[in-house]
Amino acid sequence: MSNNKKKNLTPVQQEYQKFQDEREVKRPVIKNCIKAFFVGGVICIIGQAIQTFFIYNFDFTEQTAGNPTVAVMIFISMLLTGFGVYDRLAQFGGAGSAVPVTGFGNAVISAAIEHRTEGFVLGVGGNMFKLAGSVIMFGVFSAFVIAIVKTILVQWGGL
Amino acid sequence: MGWSMMLSGHRTWLFKNEPVIVSTGTVGGPFEARGKIPEDFDLLHEDIWLRQDSFEKAQKVLIEEACQKAMEKGGVQIEQVQFFLGGDLINQITPTSFAAKTFEVPYLGLFGACSTSMEGLALSAFIINYGGSTCLMTGASSHNAATEKQFRYPTEYGGQKPPTSQWTVTGAGVALLKDKGDGPKVTSATIGRVIDMGLTDPFNMGGAMAPAAVDTIEVHLKERGIDPSYYDLIVTGDLGHIGREVSLDLLKKHGIKITEEQFQDCGLMIYREGQPVLAGASGAGCSASVVYGHLLNRMKNGEFKRMLVVATGALLSPLTFQQKETIPCIAHAVSIEIGGQKT
Repeated sequence: MSNNKKKNLTPVQQEYQKFQDEREVKRPVIKNCIKAFFVGGVICIIGQAIQTFFIYNFDFTEQTAGNPTVAVMIFISMLLTGFGVYDRLAQFGGAGSAVPVTGFGNAVISAAIEHRTEGFVLGVGGNMFKLAGSVIMFGVFSAFVIAIVKTILVQWGGL
Repeated sequence: MGWSMMLSGHRTWLFKNEPVIVSTGTVGGPFEARGKIPEDFDLLHEDIWLRQDSFEKAQKVLIEEACQKAMEKGGVQIEQVQFFLGGDLINQITPTSFAAKTFEVPYLGLFGACSTSMEGLALSAFIINYGGSTCLMTGASSHNAATEKQFRYPTEYGGQKPPTSQWTVTGAGVALLKDKGDGPKVTSATIGRVIDMGLTDPFNMGGAMAPAAVDTIEVHLKERGIDPSYYDLIVTGDLGHIGREVSLDLLKKHGIKITEEQFQDCGLMIYREGQPVLAGASGAGCSASVVYGHLLNRMKNGEFKRMLVVATGALLSPLTFQQKETIPCIAHAVSIEIGGQKT
Protein backbone atom coordinates (compact mmCIF):
# COMPACT_ATOMS: atom_id res chain seq x y z
CA MET A 1 0.00 0.00 0.00
CA SER A 2 1.28 3.43 -0.86
CA ASN A 3 2.24 5.90 1.83
CA ASN A 4 -0.28 8.35 0.47
CA LYS A 5 -3.10 5.94 1.19
CA LYS A 6 -1.76 5.19 4.65
CA LYS A 7 -1.94 8.85 5.62
CA ASN A 8 -5.72 8.76 5.58
CA LEU A 9 -5.83 5.96 8.10
CA THR A 10 -6.07 6.39 11.83
CA PRO A 11 -3.24 4.96 13.98
CA VAL A 12 -5.57 2.16 15.11
CA GLN A 13 -6.30 1.24 11.51
CA GLN A 14 -2.61 1.33 10.61
CA GLU A 15 -1.75 -0.84 13.57
CA TYR A 16 -4.41 -3.38 12.68
CA GLN A 17 -3.40 -3.47 9.01
CA LYS A 18 0.15 -4.25 10.02
CA PHE A 19 -1.14 -6.93 12.40
CA GLN A 20 -3.35 -8.40 9.68
CA ASP A 21 -0.66 -8.19 7.05
CA GLU A 22 1.67 -10.37 9.10
CA ARG A 23 -0.96 -13.12 9.14
CA GLU A 24 -2.23 -12.79 5.59
CA VAL A 25 -1.29 -15.55 3.16
CA LYS A 26 0.38 -13.84 0.21
CA ARG A 27 -0.01 -14.72 -3.43
CA PRO A 28 2.81 -17.08 -4.40
CA VAL A 29 4.07 -14.69 -7.09
CA ILE A 30 7.11 -16.63 -8.29
CA LYS A 31 5.22 -19.93 -8.37
CA ASN A 32 2.36 -18.21 -10.22
CA CYS A 33 4.80 -16.73 -12.76
CA ILE A 34 6.35 -20.12 -13.48
CA LYS A 35 2.93 -21.75 -13.87
CA ALA A 36 1.76 -18.88 -16.07
CA PHE A 37 4.86 -19.25 -18.24
CA PHE A 38 4.19 -22.91 -18.88
CA VAL A 39 0.39 -22.70 -19.28
CA GLY A 40 0.73 -19.69 -21.59
CA GLY A 41 3.53 -21.46 -23.44
CA VAL A 42 1.43 -24.58 -24.00
CA ILE A 43 -1.49 -22.49 -25.30
CA CYS A 44 0.90 -20.76 -27.72
CA ILE A 45 2.36 -24.10 -28.88
CA ILE A 46 -1.17 -25.31 -29.65
CA GLY A 47 -1.79 -22.06 -31.54
CA GLN A 48 1.44 -22.51 -33.44
CA ALA A 49 0.51 -26.09 -34.35
CA ILE A 50 -2.86 -24.94 -35.68
CA GLN A 51 -1.23 -22.18 -37.71
CA THR A 52 1.27 -24.60 -39.20
CA PHE A 53 -1.61 -26.95 -39.98
CA PHE A 54 -3.37 -24.19 -41.91
CA ILE A 55 -0.25 -23.20 -43.82
CA TYR A 56 0.63 -26.76 -44.89
CA ASN A 57 -2.84 -28.10 -45.60
CA PHE A 58 -4.60 -25.07 -47.01
CA ASP A 59 -3.77 -22.14 -49.18
CA PHE A 60 -2.56 -19.85 -46.37
CA THR A 61 0.64 -17.91 -45.93
CA GLU A 62 2.24 -17.04 -42.63
CA GLN A 63 0.48 -13.67 -42.79
CA THR A 64 -3.01 -14.91 -43.67
CA ALA A 65 -3.02 -17.98 -41.38
CA GLY A 66 -3.41 -15.74 -38.31
CA ASN A 67 -7.15 -15.14 -38.65
CA PRO A 68 -8.32 -18.77 -38.92
CA THR A 69 -5.89 -19.73 -36.14
CA VAL A 70 -7.35 -17.12 -33.78
CA ALA A 71 -10.86 -18.25 -34.72
CA VAL A 72 -10.05 -21.86 -33.87
CA MET A 73 -8.35 -20.90 -30.58
CA ILE A 74 -11.37 -18.83 -29.53
CA PHE A 75 -13.69 -21.66 -30.52
CA ILE A 76 -11.74 -24.07 -28.29
CA SER A 77 -11.79 -21.48 -25.50
CA MET A 78 -15.56 -21.15 -25.93
CA LEU A 79 -16.05 -24.90 -25.58
CA LEU A 80 -13.82 -25.07 -22.51
CA THR A 81 -15.66 -22.11 -20.96
CA GLY A 82 -19.06 -23.63 -21.65
CA PHE A 83 -18.03 -26.96 -20.17
CA GLY A 84 -16.74 -25.22 -17.05
CA VAL A 85 -13.08 -26.12 -17.56
CA TYR A 86 -11.50 -22.79 -18.42
CA ASP A 87 -12.00 -21.18 -15.00
CA ARG A 88 -10.27 -24.15 -13.38
CA LEU A 89 -7.41 -23.93 -15.82
CA ALA A 90 -7.18 -20.22 -15.01
CA GLN A 91 -7.00 -20.80 -11.25
CA PHE A 92 -3.92 -22.87 -11.98
CA GLY A 93 -2.43 -20.94 -14.88
CA GLY A 94 -3.30 -17.35 -13.90
CA ALA A 95 -1.93 -14.87 -16.40
CA GLY A 96 -0.84 -17.78 -18.61
CA SER A 97 -4.45 -18.44 -19.54
CA ALA A 98 -5.64 -14.84 -19.28
CA VAL A 99 -3.17 -13.09 -21.60
CA PRO A 100 -3.51 -15.18 -24.81
CA VAL A 101 -6.50 -14.59 -27.08
CA THR A 102 -8.23 -17.57 -25.42
CA GLY A 103 -8.45 -15.54 -22.21
CA PHE A 104 -10.11 -12.72 -24.08
CA GLY A 105 -12.55 -15.20 -25.58
CA ASN A 106 -13.27 -16.60 -22.12
CA ALA A 107 -14.02 -13.11 -20.76
CA VAL A 108 -16.58 -12.47 -23.52
CA ILE A 109 -18.15 -15.92 -23.47
CA SER A 110 -18.41 -16.28 -19.69
CA ALA A 111 -20.22 -12.93 -19.50
CA ALA A 112 -22.58 -13.96 -22.29
CA ILE A 113 -23.42 -17.24 -20.51
CA GLU A 114 -23.81 -15.51 -17.15
CA HIS A 115 -26.33 -12.96 -18.35
CA ARG A 116 -28.36 -15.30 -20.54
CA THR A 117 -31.12 -15.29 -17.90
CA GLU A 118 -31.71 -11.57 -18.43
CA GLY A 119 -32.59 -12.08 -22.10
CA PHE A 120 -30.71 -11.83 -25.38
CA VAL A 121 -30.79 -8.07 -25.86
CA LEU A 122 -30.26 -6.56 -22.42
CA GLY A 123 -28.68 -9.67 -20.92
CA VAL A 124 -26.32 -11.25 -23.45
CA GLY A 125 -25.97 -8.24 -25.74
CA GLY A 126 -25.62 -5.68 -23.00
CA ASN A 127 -23.21 -7.60 -20.81
CA MET A 128 -21.13 -9.61 -23.24
CA PHE A 129 -18.35 -7.01 -23.28
CA LYS A 130 -18.65 -6.15 -19.60
CA LEU A 131 -15.15 -7.48 -18.94
CA ALA A 132 -13.68 -7.42 -22.44
CA GLY A 133 -15.03 -3.97 -23.29
CA SER A 134 -12.23 -2.13 -21.54
CA VAL A 135 -9.67 -4.31 -23.33
CA ILE A 136 -11.16 -3.29 -26.67
CA MET A 137 -11.45 0.35 -25.66
CA PHE A 138 -7.86 0.69 -24.45
CA GLY A 139 -6.61 -1.58 -27.23
CA VAL A 140 -8.12 0.66 -29.90
CA PHE A 141 -6.90 3.78 -28.14
CA SER A 142 -3.35 2.43 -27.81
CA ALA A 143 -3.36 1.50 -31.51
CA PHE A 144 -4.51 5.03 -32.32
CA VAL A 145 -1.69 6.59 -30.31
CA ILE A 146 0.90 4.26 -31.87
CA ALA A 147 -0.48 5.08 -35.34
CA ILE A 148 -0.07 8.79 -34.69
CA VAL A 149 3.49 8.29 -33.46
CA LYS A 150 4.27 6.21 -36.53
CA THR A 151 2.69 8.78 -38.86
CA ILE A 152 4.71 11.59 -37.31
CA LEU A 153 7.95 9.65 -37.54
CA VAL A 154 7.46 8.20 -41.01
CA GLN A 155 5.56 10.95 -42.86
CA TRP A 156 7.19 14.00 -41.42
CA GLY A 157 10.21 12.73 -39.63
CA GLY A 158 11.53 11.08 -42.77
CA LEU A 159 12.42 7.83 -41.01
CA MET B 1 -40.99 -10.31 34.33
CA GLY B 2 -38.34 -7.66 34.61
CA TRP B 3 -38.89 -5.96 31.26
CA SER B 4 -36.57 -3.12 32.11
CA MET B 5 -33.62 -5.39 32.83
CA MET B 6 -33.49 -6.88 29.34
CA LEU B 7 -30.68 -4.62 28.16
CA SER B 8 -27.36 -5.39 29.73
CA GLY B 9 -24.72 -2.76 29.16
CA HIS B 10 -25.11 -0.85 25.91
CA ARG B 11 -25.95 -3.48 23.35
CA THR B 12 -26.53 -6.88 24.87
CA TRP B 13 -30.04 -8.26 25.20
CA LEU B 14 -30.74 -10.90 27.82
CA PHE B 15 -33.64 -13.14 26.91
CA LYS B 16 -34.98 -14.16 30.29
CA ASN B 17 -37.98 -15.92 28.78
CA GLU B 18 -35.59 -18.08 26.78
CA PRO B 19 -37.08 -18.46 23.30
CA VAL B 20 -36.63 -21.99 21.98
CA ILE B 21 -35.29 -23.15 18.62
CA VAL B 22 -37.81 -25.97 18.20
CA SER B 23 -36.62 -27.05 14.77
CA THR B 24 -34.39 -26.07 11.88
CA GLY B 25 -34.16 -26.69 8.16
CA THR B 26 -30.95 -26.71 6.17
CA VAL B 27 -30.51 -27.14 2.43
CA GLY B 28 -27.28 -27.29 0.46
CA GLY B 29 -25.90 -27.67 -3.04
CA PRO B 30 -23.65 -30.24 -4.73
CA PHE B 31 -20.39 -28.75 -3.48
CA GLU B 32 -21.70 -28.89 0.10
CA ALA B 33 -22.84 -32.48 -0.49
CA ARG B 34 -19.22 -33.42 -1.15
CA GLY B 35 -18.07 -31.48 1.92
CA LYS B 36 -17.33 -32.46 5.48
CA ILE B 37 -20.83 -32.38 6.96
CA PRO B 38 -23.33 -33.62 4.34
CA GLU B 39 -25.29 -35.65 6.92
CA ASP B 40 -26.15 -32.44 8.78
CA PHE B 41 -28.14 -31.06 5.84
CA ASP B 42 -31.83 -31.94 5.59
CA LEU B 43 -31.71 -31.71 1.84
CA LEU B 44 -28.88 -31.64 -0.67
CA HIS B 45 -29.11 -30.83 -4.36
CA GLU B 46 -27.12 -32.44 -7.12
CA ASP B 47 -27.50 -29.42 -9.41
CA ILE B 48 -26.80 -25.76 -8.58
CA TRP B 49 -29.72 -24.71 -10.78
CA LEU B 50 -32.24 -26.63 -8.61
CA ARG B 51 -34.24 -27.17 -11.81
CA GLN B 52 -34.80 -23.40 -12.10
CA ASP B 53 -33.83 -21.23 -15.06
CA SER B 54 -31.76 -18.75 -13.06
CA PHE B 55 -29.43 -18.87 -10.05
CA GLU B 56 -31.54 -16.27 -8.27
CA LYS B 57 -34.63 -18.43 -8.60
CA ALA B 58 -32.60 -21.39 -7.40
CA GLN B 59 -31.69 -19.43 -4.28
CA LYS B 60 -35.36 -18.65 -3.66
CA VAL B 61 -36.08 -22.39 -3.79
CA LEU B 62 -33.27 -23.04 -1.29
CA ILE B 63 -34.99 -20.74 1.21
CA GLU B 64 -38.45 -22.17 0.54
CA GLU B 65 -37.21 -25.70 1.07
CA ALA B 66 -35.32 -24.82 4.25
CA CYS B 67 -38.50 -23.18 5.62
CA GLN B 68 -40.57 -26.22 4.67
CA LYS B 69 -38.11 -28.57 6.35
CA ALA B 70 -38.08 -26.47 9.53
CA MET B 71 -41.89 -26.46 9.66
CA GLU B 72 -42.11 -30.17 8.89
CA LYS B 73 -39.64 -31.08 11.63
CA GLY B 74 -41.28 -28.72 14.11
CA GLY B 75 -44.74 -30.09 13.35
CA VAL B 76 -45.98 -26.63 12.45
CA GLN B 77 -48.27 -25.54 9.62
CA ILE B 78 -47.52 -22.39 7.68
CA GLU B 79 -50.65 -20.72 9.16
CA GLN B 80 -49.14 -21.01 12.63
CA VAL B 81 -45.97 -19.14 11.67
CA GLN B 82 -46.58 -15.52 12.59
CA PHE B 83 -43.48 -13.84 11.14
CA PHE B 84 -40.58 -14.57 8.86
CA LEU B 85 -37.30 -12.68 9.20
CA GLY B 86 -34.58 -13.31 6.68
CA GLY B 87 -32.14 -12.03 4.16
CA ASP B 88 -29.45 -12.83 1.62
CA LEU B 89 -26.71 -11.19 -0.43
CA ILE B 90 -28.48 -10.51 -3.71
CA ASN B 91 -29.53 -6.99 -4.74
CA GLN B 92 -32.60 -5.87 -2.80
CA ILE B 93 -32.62 -9.32 -1.10
CA THR B 94 -35.07 -10.58 -3.73
CA PRO B 95 -34.61 -14.35 -3.18
CA THR B 96 -35.76 -14.01 0.45
CA SER B 97 -38.58 -11.59 -0.38
CA PHE B 98 -39.78 -13.83 -3.21
CA ALA B 99 -39.73 -16.83 -0.89
CA ALA B 100 -41.77 -14.79 1.61
CA LYS B 101 -44.23 -14.09 -1.21
CA THR B 102 -44.71 -17.85 -1.62
CA PHE B 103 -45.48 -18.34 2.07
CA GLU B 104 -47.61 -15.21 2.51
CA VAL B 105 -46.28 -14.82 6.05
CA PRO B 106 -45.75 -11.34 7.55
CA TYR B 107 -42.16 -10.65 6.62
CA LEU B 108 -39.20 -8.52 7.68
CA GLY B 109 -36.37 -8.46 5.17
CA LEU B 110 -32.91 -8.10 6.66
CA PHE B 111 -29.54 -7.22 5.25
CA GLY B 112 -26.40 -7.77 7.27
CA ALA B 113 -24.40 -9.49 4.53
CA CYS B 114 -23.05 -12.72 6.01
CA SER B 115 -24.08 -11.67 9.53
CA THR B 116 -27.77 -11.88 8.52
CA SER B 117 -28.28 -15.28 10.17
CA MET B 118 -27.55 -13.96 13.67
CA GLU B 119 -29.14 -10.58 12.99
CA GLY B 120 -32.31 -12.55 12.28
CA LEU B 121 -31.93 -14.85 15.26
CA ALA B 122 -31.26 -11.95 17.66
CA LEU B 123 -34.32 -10.03 16.45
CA SER B 124 -36.50 -13.14 16.44
CA ALA B 125 -35.51 -14.00 20.00
CA PHE B 126 -36.17 -10.41 21.00
CA ILE B 127 -39.65 -10.44 19.46
CA ILE B 128 -40.56 -13.73 21.12
CA ASN B 129 -39.01 -12.79 24.44
CA TYR B 130 -41.15 -9.64 24.57
CA GLY B 131 -44.31 -11.52 23.64
CA GLY B 132 -44.46 -10.08 20.15
CA SER B 133 -44.92 -13.55 18.74
CA THR B 134 -45.16 -17.15 19.88
CA CYS B 135 -43.94 -18.80 16.70
CA LEU B 136 -41.75 -17.40 13.94
CA MET B 137 -39.09 -18.35 11.43
CA THR B 138 -35.75 -16.78 10.67
CA GLY B 139 -33.04 -17.66 8.22
CA ALA B 140 -30.41 -16.68 5.72
CA SER B 141 -29.15 -18.05 2.44
CA SER B 142 -26.57 -17.65 -0.26
CA HIS B 143 -25.96 -19.20 -3.66
CA ASN B 144 -22.42 -19.50 -4.95
CA ALA B 145 -23.09 -18.61 -8.59
CA ALA B 146 -25.65 -15.89 -7.85
CA THR B 147 -23.27 -14.25 -5.36
CA GLU B 148 -20.24 -14.50 -7.66
CA LYS B 149 -22.31 -12.86 -10.38
CA GLN B 150 -23.40 -10.12 -8.01
CA PHE B 151 -20.07 -9.32 -6.38
CA ARG B 152 -17.32 -10.62 -8.63
CA TYR B 153 -16.97 -12.02 -12.12
CA PRO B 154 -19.11 -14.35 -14.23
CA THR B 155 -19.04 -17.92 -12.92
CA GLU B 156 -17.06 -19.30 -15.84
CA TYR B 157 -14.64 -16.38 -16.08
CA GLY B 158 -11.03 -17.45 -15.67
CA GLY B 159 -9.67 -15.15 -13.01
CA GLN B 160 -7.06 -16.43 -10.61
CA LYS B 161 -8.18 -16.04 -7.00
CA PRO B 162 -5.62 -15.26 -4.30
CA PRO B 163 -5.13 -17.62 -1.33
CA THR B 164 -7.09 -15.22 0.90
CA SER B 165 -10.32 -15.53 -1.06
CA GLN B 166 -13.23 -17.63 0.14
CA TRP B 167 -15.87 -19.85 -1.43
CA THR B 168 -19.50 -18.75 -1.14
CA VAL B 169 -21.73 -21.48 0.22
CA THR B 170 -24.76 -22.60 -1.75
CA GLY B 171 -27.16 -23.19 1.07
CA ALA B 172 -29.90 -21.95 3.33
CA GLY B 173 -30.54 -22.38 7.02
CA VAL B 174 -33.82 -21.59 8.74
CA ALA B 175 -34.77 -21.83 12.42
CA LEU B 176 -38.25 -22.08 13.82
CA LEU B 177 -38.55 -20.33 17.17
CA LYS B 178 -41.28 -20.63 19.76
CA ASP B 179 -41.85 -19.09 23.16
CA LYS B 180 -41.81 -22.56 24.74
CA GLY B 181 -41.01 -26.09 23.80
CA ASP B 182 -38.12 -28.49 23.63
CA GLY B 183 -34.81 -27.57 22.16
CA PRO B 184 -31.82 -25.27 22.45
CA LYS B 185 -32.64 -21.88 23.95
CA VAL B 186 -31.56 -18.45 22.82
CA THR B 187 -30.30 -16.74 25.95
CA SER B 188 -28.70 -13.48 24.86
CA ALA B 189 -27.56 -11.42 21.91
CA THR B 190 -25.05 -8.67 21.34
CA ILE B 191 -25.62 -6.35 18.41
CA GLY B 192 -22.52 -5.39 16.46
CA ARG B 193 -21.12 -2.01 15.54
CA VAL B 194 -19.91 -1.27 12.05
CA ILE B 195 -16.13 -1.42 12.18
CA ASP B 196 -13.86 -0.34 9.36
CA MET B 197 -10.14 -0.93 9.64
CA GLY B 198 -9.48 0.57 6.24
CA LEU B 199 -8.96 -2.67 4.36
CA THR B 200 -9.82 -2.56 0.67
CA ASP B 201 -9.18 -6.04 -0.70
CA PRO B 202 -12.51 -7.75 -1.49
CA PHE B 203 -10.61 -11.02 -1.82
CA ASN B 204 -9.64 -10.90 1.84
CA MET B 205 -12.92 -10.69 3.72
CA GLY B 206 -11.65 -12.67 6.70
CA GLY B 207 -8.95 -10.12 7.44
CA ALA B 208 -11.43 -7.27 7.08
CA MET B 209 -14.10 -8.86 9.30
CA ALA B 210 -11.88 -10.12 12.14
CA PRO B 211 -11.86 -6.84 14.14
CA ALA B 212 -15.67 -6.71 14.06
CA ALA B 213 -15.87 -10.24 15.46
CA VAL B 214 -13.32 -9.43 18.16
CA ASP B 215 -15.16 -6.24 19.14
CA THR B 216 -18.51 -8.02 19.46
CA ILE B 217 -17.04 -10.95 21.42
CA GLU B 218 -15.27 -8.64 23.88
CA VAL B 219 -18.35 -6.50 24.41
CA HIS B 220 -20.56 -9.55 24.78
CA LEU B 221 -18.38 -11.10 27.49
CA LYS B 222 -18.08 -7.79 29.32
CA GLU B 223 -21.74 -6.87 29.17
CA ARG B 224 -22.89 -10.33 30.15
CA GLY B 225 -20.29 -10.35 32.89
CA ILE B 226 -18.90 -13.74 31.97
CA ASP B 227 -15.57 -15.34 31.25
CA PRO B 228 -14.90 -16.98 27.83
CA SER B 229 -14.78 -20.33 29.63
CA TYR B 230 -18.56 -19.98 30.14
CA TYR B 231 -18.94 -21.10 26.53
CA ASP B 232 -17.97 -24.53 25.32
CA LEU B 233 -17.72 -23.09 21.85
CA ILE B 234 -17.35 -19.59 20.42
CA VAL B 235 -17.96 -19.91 16.73
CA THR B 236 -17.56 -17.20 14.12
CA GLY B 237 -19.55 -17.07 10.89
CA ASP B 238 -17.16 -17.07 7.97
CA LEU B 239 -13.75 -15.70 8.88
CA GLY B 240 -11.84 -18.49 7.16
CA HIS B 241 -8.24 -19.42 7.94
CA ILE B 242 -6.82 -15.91 7.89
CA GLY B 243 -9.65 -14.18 9.70
CA ARG B 244 -9.75 -16.85 12.39
CA GLU B 245 -6.04 -16.64 13.03
CA VAL B 246 -6.10 -12.84 13.10
CA SER B 247 -9.03 -12.67 15.51
CA LEU B 248 -7.65 -15.37 17.78
CA ASP B 249 -4.36 -13.50 18.04
CA LEU B 250 -6.22 -10.22 18.53
CA LEU B 251 -8.31 -11.69 21.35
CA LYS B 252 -5.17 -13.05 23.01
CA LYS B 253 -3.47 -9.69 22.61
CA HIS B 254 -6.43 -8.06 24.34
CA GLY B 255 -6.10 -10.50 27.22
CA ILE B 256 -9.19 -12.61 26.51
CA LYS B 257 -8.48 -16.17 27.59
CA ILE B 258 -9.74 -18.29 24.78
CA THR B 259 -8.39 -21.61 23.54
CA GLU B 260 -7.75 -22.82 19.98
CA GLU B 261 -10.32 -25.66 20.33
CA GLN B 262 -12.93 -23.38 21.83
CA PHE B 263 -12.68 -20.80 19.05
CA GLN B 264 -13.97 -22.23 15.78
CA ASP B 265 -15.25 -20.91 12.49
CA CYS B 266 -18.26 -22.10 10.44
CA GLY B 267 -16.31 -21.30 7.28
CA LEU B 268 -13.82 -24.00 8.17
CA MET B 269 -16.37 -26.66 9.10
CA ILE B 270 -18.41 -27.11 5.96
CA TYR B 271 -15.86 -28.23 3.36
CA ARG B 272 -13.32 -31.01 3.24
CA GLU B 273 -9.58 -30.60 2.95
CA GLY B 274 -8.75 -30.62 -0.72
CA GLN B 275 -11.88 -28.87 -1.93
CA PRO B 276 -10.71 -25.75 -3.81
CA VAL B 277 -12.06 -23.23 -1.33
CA LEU B 278 -8.76 -21.43 -0.57
CA ALA B 279 -9.18 -19.63 2.78
CA GLY B 280 -12.54 -21.26 3.63
CA ALA B 281 -16.26 -20.85 3.13
CA SER B 282 -18.29 -17.65 3.26
CA GLY B 283 -21.73 -16.33 2.46
CA ALA B 284 -24.91 -15.67 4.41
CA GLY B 285 -25.82 -19.34 4.00
CA CYS B 286 -22.54 -20.45 5.60
CA SER B 287 -23.22 -19.62 9.24
CA ALA B 288 -26.96 -20.25 8.77
CA SER B 289 -26.59 -23.80 7.49
CA VAL B 290 -23.66 -24.78 9.73
CA VAL B 291 -25.22 -23.43 12.94
CA TYR B 292 -28.76 -24.61 12.26
CA GLY B 293 -27.56 -27.96 10.97
CA HIS B 294 -24.21 -29.25 12.14
CA LEU B 295 -23.74 -27.28 15.38
CA LEU B 296 -27.26 -27.64 16.77
CA ASN B 297 -27.13 -31.36 15.99
CA ARG B 298 -23.90 -31.67 17.95
CA MET B 299 -25.47 -29.69 20.76
CA LYS B 300 -28.51 -31.98 20.85
CA ASN B 301 -26.18 -34.99 20.89
CA GLY B 302 -24.76 -33.61 24.11
CA GLU B 303 -21.32 -32.73 22.75
CA PHE B 304 -21.52 -29.26 24.26
CA LYS B 305 -24.01 -27.16 26.15
CA ARG B 306 -23.32 -23.50 25.50
CA MET B 307 -22.19 -21.77 22.37
CA LEU B 308 -21.81 -18.22 21.21
CA VAL B 309 -22.37 -17.73 17.51
CA VAL B 310 -20.69 -14.63 16.09
CA ALA B 311 -21.83 -14.15 12.49
CA THR B 312 -19.62 -11.73 10.61
CA GLY B 313 -20.57 -9.64 7.61
CA ALA B 314 -18.68 -7.42 5.17
CA LEU B 315 -20.98 -4.54 4.25
CA LEU B 316 -19.51 -3.69 0.88
CA SER B 317 -20.96 -3.66 -2.60
CA PRO B 318 -19.24 -3.94 -5.99
CA LEU B 319 -19.96 -0.24 -6.41
CA THR B 320 -18.28 0.87 -3.17
CA PHE B 321 -15.28 -1.29 -4.01
CA GLN B 322 -14.92 0.25 -7.47
CA GLN B 323 -15.26 3.71 -5.96
CA LYS B 324 -12.23 2.83 -3.79
CA GLU B 325 -14.14 2.79 -0.52
CA THR B 326 -12.86 0.66 2.34
CA ILE B 327 -14.75 -2.39 3.63
CA PRO B 328 -16.96 -1.79 6.68
CA CYS B 329 -17.76 -4.92 8.65
CA ILE B 330 -20.14 -6.04 11.36
CA ALA B 331 -20.62 -9.01 13.68
CA HIS B 332 -23.66 -10.02 15.70
CA ALA B 333 -23.40 -12.51 18.54
CA VAL B 334 -26.15 -14.78 19.82
CA SER B 335 -25.76 -17.30 22.63
CA ILE B 336 -27.51 -20.63 22.30
CA GLU B 337 -27.68 -22.88 25.33
CA ILE B 338 -29.23 -26.21 26.01
CA GLY B 339 -30.81 -26.92 29.35
CA GLY B 340 -31.14 -23.28 30.33
CA GLN B 341 -28.74 -20.73 31.71
CA LYS B 342 -26.08 -21.48 34.24
CA THR B 343 -26.34 -18.54 36.61
